[in-house]
Amino acid sequence: MLRIALLGNPNTGKTSLFNLLTGLNQKVGNYPGITTEKKVGILEFNQKQRAEIIDLPGLYSLTPSSTDEAIVTQILVDAQNSHHPDVAVVIADATNLKRNLFLYTQVKDLGIPTLLVINMMDEAVRKGIHIDKEILERRFQTPVVKVSVRKNKGIDTLKEKLGEPIAPAQNATIPSRSKTHPAYKPNAKQLRLQESIYRYRAIRDVLKEALTVNQAEARDLTSKLDRVLTHKVWGYAIFLLVLSLIFQAIFSWAGTPMDWIDQGFNSFGKWLQWVMPAGVFTDLLSQGVIPGIAGVVMFIPQIAILFLFLTLLEESGYMSRVVFLLDKFMRRFGLSGKSVVPLISGVACAIPAILSARNIENERERLTTIMVTPFMTCSARIPVYTILIAVVIPNQKWGIFNLQGLVLMGMYILGVTTALLAAAVFKKVLKRKYKSFLIVELPPYRMPQFRNVWISMLEKTKAFVYKAGQVILAISVVLWFLANYGYREETAVPAAQMAYENSPHKPEDFQTFASGYRLKHSYLGRLGRFIEPVVAPLGYDWKIGIALLASIAAREVFVGTLATVYSVQDEGDEAPIKQRLLGEVRADGSRLFDLATGISLLLFYAFAMQCMSTIAVVRSETRSWKWPAIQFGYMTVLAYVAALLAYQILK
Amino acid sequence: MRISDLKKGQCGTIKGFFAGDLPEKFYEMGLLPGIRVELYNDSWSKDPLYLKMEGCALAIRKAEADKIEVELEK
Repeated sequence: MLRIALLGNPNTGKTSLFNLLTGLNQKVGNYPGITTEKKVGILEFNQKQRAEIIDLPGLYSLTPSSTDEAIVTQILVDAQNSHHPDVAVVIADATNLKRNLFLYTQVKDLGIPTLLVINMMDEAVRKGIHIDKEILERRFQTPVVKVSVRKNKGIDTLKEKLGEPIAPAQNATIPSRSKTHPAYKPNAKQLRLQESIYRYRAIRDVLKEALTVNQAEARDLTSKLDRVLTHKVWGYAIFLLVLSLIFQAIFSWAGTPMDWIDQGFNSFGKWLQWVMPAGVFTDLLSQGVIPGIAGVVMFIPQIAILFLFLTLLEESGYMSRVVFLLDKFMRRFGLSGKSVVPLISGVACAIPAILSARNIENERERLTTIMVTPFMTCSARIPVYTILIAVVIPNQKWGIFNLQGLVLMGMYILGVTTALLAAAVFKKVLKRKYKSFLIVELPPYRMPQFRNVWISMLEKTKAFVYKAGQVILAISVVLWFLANYGYREETAVPAAQMAYENSPHKPEDFQTFASGYRLKHSYLGRLGRFIEPVVAPLGYDWKIGIALLASIAAREVFVGTLATVYSVQDEGDEAPIKQRLLGEVRADGSRLFDLATGISLLLFYAFAMQCMSTIAVVRSETRSWKWPAIQFGYMTVLAYVAALLAYQILK
Repeated sequence: MRISDLKKGQCGTIKGFFAGDLPEKFYEMGLLPGIRVELYNDSWSKDPLYLKMEGCALAIRKAEADKIEVELEK
């Protein structure tokens, strides 16, 4: 099958074109380098002809400066590479042809049959830019297609052209190097400078003939916006405003749908218990699976809104301005302006965030960014924080401020602060001298395309729910099993009876006491009591200990685990989880979830590295077990110490 | 003079580079002799700098801007 590689500068609409050609939906963004993974799709010309299309990360030249760019160079230069394409399609932005043609001439010089696609023709026409296709085709000896991906124009012509055989151009821009293409290997800086000058000169010669700009028609909204958005004072003020609007939206818009989902699951569980025959399987569903699934589904509204805003920031081009605004500040902590993107994305989920660190050129800044990103308050922490805050923080109001809301905001601030401080520590520890620089394009602002935003939000939310859903489903089934077996029924009842008689205070009836007694003597109870000495100094009982243990797989499991444990204990009583937490008491009859234990748990979840998927991603991104091991170690120690101090001081 | 010596709103044409290590990416992004740049916006202590060139806009740090020589446009 014909293999076609799609490549081009960042922000040229490459991924949108990929979506149009293949119908395969995936992430597209306006932030330089958002396509961090290689994506493959199938293009069907008609019933007979098909081609494989690879969407490569955006890049400016074939001399790699970052991991992302290195991947592309490798694929294109090495003819033996399994992804080496038969045809390269270079997509260029019509409003900035000169810089876009730089990459194009480099690709063409490799001797790969190349097709030039000029995108954003609608915008170019508005800006009074006229491009002569025939002259470009003659001078570059390659087919040229003008399109507007946004307006879905010229795509059929492009498909037609791709169906025809394309010959490699014979007139290389830098002939002496094209034969062996080592131009991209020798590292002599002077040579590179010469090459750049020569290439740009050749491009200018072509464009002198092929490009005319009618200045009178040009208008530049981006410049006007940037007067304010990158302003010394207003720029920062607006950035903070944007951030607070996002958080406001997440917590106010999501509230109502979350209540619906919660109630819906509750009624569903009750209904199931009513219609299904009583037995082990019904118990498993109503006590294990449903509370577990509800724990994830309930947070879909918040997570979807979060992803929606992140996509808008990237698609509009605003994220690059944030890089500009925060570069100086981030440098103090051994990070780069480009670290802002992973850190902000980390508020949704650390996994895509760590992948997006790939376009940080400097190895050390990239590593530091990866190491501290999991401190950002990811969406998996939201369920844990929400429930704990609702239980331990009084619902007090001071004017427009709500104490619970402030504490939640405080948790986000704690996350960012810890990430930055940890980065500063890494800066001190990894003293090695290193070269750091920043060069980032500030692309024109573009109205986000509804289709792209919608697809991106949907895909990311789906990925989160499936990932979390599977883990939670598995864990809740295992937990339910462990909580229901391990004791012998015939000995348990008399033993419980005896313990009940001997117990000094009898706050509950015998039934409740007996099921609590059974739980305590189940496999789960034994495991919990085995780890209790470790978690007791933090103010936790063995049930919280079990929830912590389960959370090593993923944080969001915490609420579901407690829900499962308590519903087994209360024999399927469907009281809201919050009521159950409030009802838990210690041996002396005092509330278990008091302020000290609550704060201790909040701190533990803020600092601990409880996510298997993140560990796996860090391992693959740093290509070693060393960094994920260090990360897991220091974060766990920090979490334990912080939780210990909090409990011992507040107790 | 250097790019970093430009005042906000001033334009200059790149003449060459002062000795030092300028990453190749700067050349490839089009910061080359003969190119006209405008210091469109600066920030606190002029670091980083917002440059406008024909067709695109870039942000670079002062350290690198110090290494690029420009001729001020009157």
